[in-house]
Amino acid sequence: MNDFLAARSQMALSLGFHIIFSCIGMVMPFFMAVSHFYWLRTGDVVYRNVTKAWSKGVAIFFATGAVSGTVLSFELGLLWPEFMKHAGPIFGMPFSLEGTAFFIEAIALGFYLYGWDKFNKWFHWFTGIIVGISGLASGILVVAANAWMNSPAGFEYRDGAYLDIDPVKAMFNDAWFSQALHMTIAAFVATGFAVAGIHALMILKRKDIDFHTRAFRIAVIFGTVAALLQPLSGDISAKDVARRQPAKLAAMEAHFETKSRAPLIIGGIPDEQQQKVDYAVALPGMLSFLAHGNMDAEVTGLDKIPEQDRPPVAVTHYAFQVMVGLGVFMVLVSVLYYIIIFRKKSWRDKKWLLQLFVLATPMGFIAVEAGWTVTEVGRQPWIIYGVMRTRDAVTPMPGIAWSFYLFTAVYVSLSLIVVFMLYRQVTMVGKLYNTPAMPVVN
Amino acid sequence: MIYVVIAYLWASLLLYILLGGADFGAGIVELFTSRRNRKKTRRTAYEAIGPIWEANHMWLIIAIVILFVGFPVIYATVSTYLHILLVLMLMGIIARGTALTFRNYDAVVDDMQRLYSRIFIYSSFVTPFFLGIIAASAVSARIDTAESSFAHAYIFSWLNLFSIGVGLFTVAICGYLAAVYLIGEVKDDREEMRRYVIKSKNFSAAAFCCGALVFLAAWLEGIPLFEWIFGSMYGIVAIIAATISFLVFYTRAQNINPGILRMIAAFQVLLILFAATYAHFPDIVLIKDGRHLSLLEHHGGIKAIENLGRALLLGSIFILPALFYLILSFQRKKGISH
Repeated sequence: MNDFLAARSQMALSLGFHIIFSCIGMVMPFFMAVSHFYWLRTGDVVYRNVTKAWSKGVAIFFATGAVSGTVLSFELGLLWPEFMKHAGPIFGMPFSLEGTAFFIEAIALGFYLYGWDKFNKWFHWFTGIIVGISGLASGILVVAANAWMNSPAGFEYRDGAYLDIDPVKAMFNDAWFSQALHMTIAAFVATGFAVAGIHALMILKRKDIDFHTRAFRIAVIFGTVAALLQPLSGDISAKDVARRQPAKLAAMEAHFETKSRAPLIIGGIPDEQQQKVDYAVALPGMLSFLAHGNMDAEVTGLDKIPEQDRPPVAVTHYAFQVMVGLGVFMVLVSVLYYIIIFRKKSWRDKKWLLQLFVLATPMGFIAVEAGWTVTEVGRQPWIIYGVMRTRDAVTPMPGIAWSFYLFTAVYVSLSLIVVFMLYRQVTMVGKLYNTPAMPVVN
Repeated sequence: MIYVVIAYLWASLLLYILLGGADFGAGIVELFTSRRNRKKTRRTAYEAIGPIWEANHMWLIIAIVILFVGFPVIYATVSTYLHILLVLMLMGIIARGTALTFRNYDAVVDDMQRLYSRIFIYSSFVTPFFLGIIAASAVSARIDTAESSFAHAYIFSWLNLFSIGVGLFTVAICGYLAAVYLIGEVKDDREEMRRYVIKSKNFSAAAFCCGALVFLAAWLEGIPLFEWIFGSMYGIVAIIAATISFLVFYTRAQNINPGILRMIAAFQVLLILFAATYAHFPDIVLIKDGRHLSLLEHHGGIKAIENLGRALLLGSIFILPALFYLILSFQRKKGISH
């Protein structure tokens, strides 16, 4: 493995690992706040148990996310020193604000996790809300920094120099809103479906049903509402990418040839040599419509992009297909759930519905990873779009492959331990929170 | 504004050494505690750091963000030439943070605890050790940007006697801070209090020895540490004050209020950091060819510094009162329940 590929792989691994923990850290506090609210308002002790059980999960995920985030703040320099040398002062604004948001999150989490029965109950509840809000803010800020790499702003690039730096303009670059919106909703979909899936499994196994029913209900509302909203934000993102990064859109769609009435390609195997896609389903005019809102609009293909500026097509295309496919599946599951609810049927008796949710447990997170692959691989070969190539940013230190192996080993073992601990948390619910419950009313 | 940013950088380093250091120290104290007392030590330490440990480590992130936003060339140089060392430190940070959390949040208490504890203890030791080496490497003028051989460019840039001495010194200081802090946590138990007083004395003696080792190593390696520290009035005053407070601590620790002991320890660390950084200010990284990376010259531009300064000031309005309230409330409300 050459050093450049190793550096990219290590960065991808670290981000791919961190993103799961940050999504959970951003979203779970809101689930906890709802369940905590029910406990405070109704005195139903099961809600307190759900809140406490979730908060233990959050503590584990937050700590893991905090260390992997610390690692990332170093890795930017360890792997891409040339990039940071120039980009640091320009896109640093969101990072410096994120420092504050993250700090507040850690403080609020201290209050929340250790403050049971020690503070005014509503103050304690409110610190949980702060955890969620500051987590959300951190996430949005970091995505704004990433958006700058896709849509550089706030400086003039003249003769290899970065002049007239304006960090505020850099932060509010053209891509920040669409990216942050898409990511935030994605975090809710992924976490909502993952949590709902785990509790659905326990309901199917008929274990601690009162507990898992309450937990499922809260998670499922967040997850399904977000899943239904996500296509709208996806549409905003697609139009934005079409305008700003035609090369990325072309790679996502494996759209080789510039033309009007461009077809939307579903599935298929892109052949970069022959510039065609085999075994795909093509919907005529749909790509033009999705990208520009007009069936007859011209969509730039990869043929208009100089060869050295083209992103890897196959990876981007597959990742995009995976993301959209899983997203559609989760939309369908959500629709089915609401049909059942509106027909006043008991979702708990619909075994197949619960099984669908169990099936969907990892899907949101797989979609998140796929979506990040689209945005990051689709930006290649640039690290700052149109300004600096990724290849020129990499560290001069040889032997990065070893570092990549080390980080892989560490992150794989950490993932295993976290999964193991989560398994224990879930299966121990009966023993840890063995209190008589009020009957559940559907 | 540049001085505001530099002040924040310095303050976050100090707070990281004090709070994060004491936090690492909790693990170091556990390492140097007999098997018989470990459980008790663990409980006391956890009650002390549980609610605030995450916040303690945020100071490192603040410092690193200041560095890459405000002083990108310095950040890029350090992360290139001290790459291996930084990776080692990161491994320590990962291991420690997760092991502490896993130990306290695992739903089942079984043999896994032994594994978590072992990882926690050793990573608490090695992380500040590497942090100390990083600090030493920045000023030992071994970073050679012209060097092409791997070993000289990326290993001997940080591996030398002096930096190892500073690493050990940092570990001793962390253990000392934690032991002193813990004295105040067991006020109701004379026996336990005595145990921590002895511990903190041992750690301060260790710090003293390591400090001497640092001077010796600097002399052997031709690093003008002596001139740096004693070359200015401020350095001399700082070291004398540190020594006096050290002696006071050593002889009278039993009779002094634990709160004041904590302040003495924090004051000593402040003096040491001051003496260590004042000597080269505004230079922060010394390069082998004689060039210096200066905070005043190698910053990321006026505009970036101004925005960074504003962001930091704004951040403090939120962070400091909240952090203060967090520490204060858990001081008053002892005992952990979750």
